[in-house]
Amino acid sequence: MCARFLAGRHDRLFSVIGLVIVPTPMWYLLLSALLFTIGAVGVLVRRNPLVMFMCIELMLNAVNLTFVTLGRRLGSIDGQTIVLFVLVVAAAEVVIGLSIVISIMRRRSGANIDDLAELKG
Amino acid sequence: MILVGAIGVVVKRNPVHAALSLVLTLFGIAVLFVAQQAEFLAAVQVIVYAGAIVVLVLFVIMLLGVDRAEDLRTDALVGQRGLAVVVGVGLLGVLSAAIVRGTDAVVTRSAEGIAIGTVEAPDTNITQIARSVFADHVVAFELTSVLLVVAVVGTVLLSRRRPSDVRPVSGRPS
Repeated sequence: MCARFLAGRHDRLFSVIGLVIVPTPMWYLLLSALLFTIGAVGVLVRRNPLVMFMCIELMLNAVNLTFVTLGRRLGSIDGQTIVLFVLVVAAAEVVIGLSIVISIMRRRSGANIDDLAELKG
Repeated sequence: MILVGAIGVVVKRNPVHAALSLVLTLFGIAVLFVAQQAEFLAAVQVIVYAGAIVVLVLFVIMLLGVDRAEDLRTDALVGQRGLAVVVGVGLLGVLSAAIVRGTDAVVTRSAEGIAIGTVEAPDTNITQIARSVFADHVVAFELTSVLLVVAVVGTVLLSRRRPSDVRPVSGRPS
């Protein structure tokens, strides 16, 4: 499969039009997969809730990039519409999450996500 | 550049530096949106993400005073770092395999699709998005307005300090 992938005409990462090197959708999709992975690892590794929010934003942006790429590739505008809705939901999510963090931090001084385990049953 | 910013979000010890790395990544993605004929989304990306959301995050960082460096060398749980790396590598492998396998379908499908953004007027992108949002997906659009109102009301309720329970900030909850 790998040899066919490397030799395939449509599967290259870059295509050259004139003097300009244009990245193909493959390149965009792999980039967004990499971004999503970095965001997921960040959520798993970091313990500051604000940094975890930023990593969630990273994952949302990776998905947005995938939507735009595939929407353009399939000749549909719906990908960009979904990205618009994702932006709205991300904004609402960040606002709610930050207000929760503020109301927690107002009572406790710790800035660590492991300190929030007091609901543990 | 995008990947440098993204890695910076994860590995920077200071949350302020992580937020600024996030700005770098968001601008890079906006540039990629422009490169894919999604100019309206690029503008919205810069305004909403790099403008509003990052400023909000930075404001909360400053408000809470949590901008001291976090100790990244110790694991909170035993083996958490290694497990996270394993999960990340597995996720990347699965996603890459799916992309490589799925490219054929995408290429075949796109041969039948309409090639947008090639020989069109400059405002066609915005016109298409407006027609799609306000005509085809108008219910979802109204639902997002409801969601925003709920988010605003919930934020005000969550962060409002009631006059009856004014207590010192350092007080422990009973």
